[in-house]
Amino acid sequence: MGNNNLILNLKNIRFGYPTIPKLLDDISFALHQGDRIGIIGPNGSGKTTLLYIIMGLMKPQQGKIEIFNKERSLEKDFIEVREKIGFLFQNSDDQLFCPSVREEVAFGPLNFGKKKHEVEGIVQKALRRVGLIGFEQRTPYNLSGGEKRRLAMATILAMEPRILLLDEPTLGLDEETVERIVDILDSPDLSYIIISQCKDFLKRTTTTQYAIDNGNIVPIKQT
Amino acid sequence: MIEEEFVKDNSLIHNIDPRIKIVCALLYSCLIAVSNKLSVALLGLCFAIMILAVARLNIAFVLKRLLIVNVFIFFLWLTLPFSFPGNAIMTIGNLKMTEQGIAYTLLLTIKCNAIIIVNIGLISTCGIFQIVHALRHLAVPDKLIHLFFFLYRYAHILLFEYAKLKDTLKIRGFKPNTSVHTYRTYGSIIGALLLKGYERSEHIHKAMICRGFKGKYWLLDHFKITKKDIVVAGILALSIIWLGIVQWAITI
Repeated sequence: MGNNNLILNLKNIRFGYPTIPKLLDDISFALHQGDRIGIIGPNGSGKTTLLYIIMGLMKPQQGKIEIFNKERSLEKDFIEVREKIGFLFQNSDDQLFCPSVREEVAFGPLNFGKKKHEVEGIVQKALRRVGLIGFEQRTPYNLSGGEKRRLAMATILAMEPRILLLDEPTLGLDEETVERIVDILDSPDLSYIIISQCKDFLKRTTTTQYAIDNGNIVPIKQT
Repeated sequence: MIEEEFVKDNSLIHNIDPRIKIVCALLYSCLIAVSNKLSVALLGLCFAIMILAVARLNIAFVLKRLLIVNVFIFFLWLTLPFSFPGNAIMTIGNLKMTEQGIAYTLLLTIKCNAIIIVNIGLISTCGIFQIVHALRHLAVPDKLIHLFFFLYRYAHILLFEYAKLKDTLKIRGFKPNTSVHTYRTYGSIIGALLLKGYERSEHIHKAMICRGFKGKYWLLDHFKITKKDIVVAGILALSIIWLGIVQWAITI
C-alpha cells in the first residue's frame, strides 16, 4: 500500500465459461506508471477477457483486483477505474455510436462532467493527436477502417486516462495506419497494455512482453 | 444502414428546439388520429404539407417513405369500401361498394398521410441524440429513453448484419425457393441475426460504460429557446388549436 507508482495489481485471477472452465486459471500481474506491456497469445486464450476483468465488465470467479491502491470488486468501484483507464475495443464499430466525430470524442469528457468550452478544446487536442483534424462533422460509420480506429483512439485519449488498454489495435489495418498508431503511442505520458498477435508491433511499442498460455501469464524472454 | 437523411438539411424547421417539435408532432398526431371529420383531416394534411415545405426536405425521399405507408393503405381500399353498410354505388357480384365505405377509407388515407408527413417534417429532422436529449428534458423516464436509443442502435446493427449475411449466402450459391432447405436457411439467418445483434449491443453497452456512461446522455450543443422557437411554437400551437376547434366546436 502507499505505492503511488503501482496502478494495477491482479492476484490469482480465475475465470472460466461453462464450456472452458479454466480460460484464465491463475493470473497474477502488476502494472506501474510508465510501464508499456505487451500481451501475446493464441485466439481464444482469454486475452480480451483479461482486459474486460480489469475494466470491471466481467467479474472473475476468484482472485483480487487492486487498481490505484484500492481493491475493486463491486460495480461502483469500477466507475472511478473507467474514468482513468482508456479501453480501445477490438472492433472499432463497437465503440463508435454518436452521429458525428466531434460528439463521439466529446462523449467521454461530457460524461465526466466537463464544461462545454473545456470539451471543445479537449476534442481538438485529441483529434490533432490522431491526425483527424477537419473530420469533426463527419459521420463515424462512414469512415474507413483506419480512420475509425484512430477516432476510437481519440475518444479514449480525450478522457485523459492514466493508462490505456488496447485490444488488438492493429488488427486489419494497413501499414501506414499501423505506423500512425505507433507514432500516437510514442508519447512519454502514456502507459499501456497492448494485446496483439503481432510480435513485431509489440517489440516496437512495448518494453515488457507476456504470453498467455493455458490460462497463465508468463513473461517472454527478450532475445 | 439507417440513414438519417432528413437531418442533414438546414432550414427553419431543422433549427427549432427539438422539444417543441416533439410535443407538437405528438399533439398533431393524436388530434388527427382521433378526428372523425374529413375537414379536420384535410386541414391537418395542409398543415403537414406546409411544415414539409418550410423544412425543405428532399421530395423524392419523402415520397419514397409515403409510398411504403400507402402500400398498406392500398390494401384497405381493396376491402374497406365493400364492408360498410350504406348507399350502394357499385355492385360487383355479391359485393356492394358504399358511399360511406369510400368516405371512411378516404378519411383513413388522409389521416394516415397527414400524420406521417407531420412526423417526417418535425421528428425526422432531429438527430437521434437530439431526440434522446429532448425526451430527457420532457421528463420521459430514463429507462424508456435507453430502450428507444438501443432499439435504434440494434436496428442499425441488424440491418448491417443482415446485408452481410445476404452477401455470404449469395457467395455460397444460395438460391431461395420453396423448399425445406430455404426455410431452414432463413431460420438460421434469423437466429444468427438475433445472436449477433445481442452480442454487438452488449459490446456497445460495454464501450459506453468504459467511457463513463452512467445512464445520462449529454449533448454538446445545448438547447436554447430563442425568439424564433417561440414564434414557430406559437404558429404550431395555433394551428393545433384551430384543428381542435374545427373538430369539436364547429359543426359542418
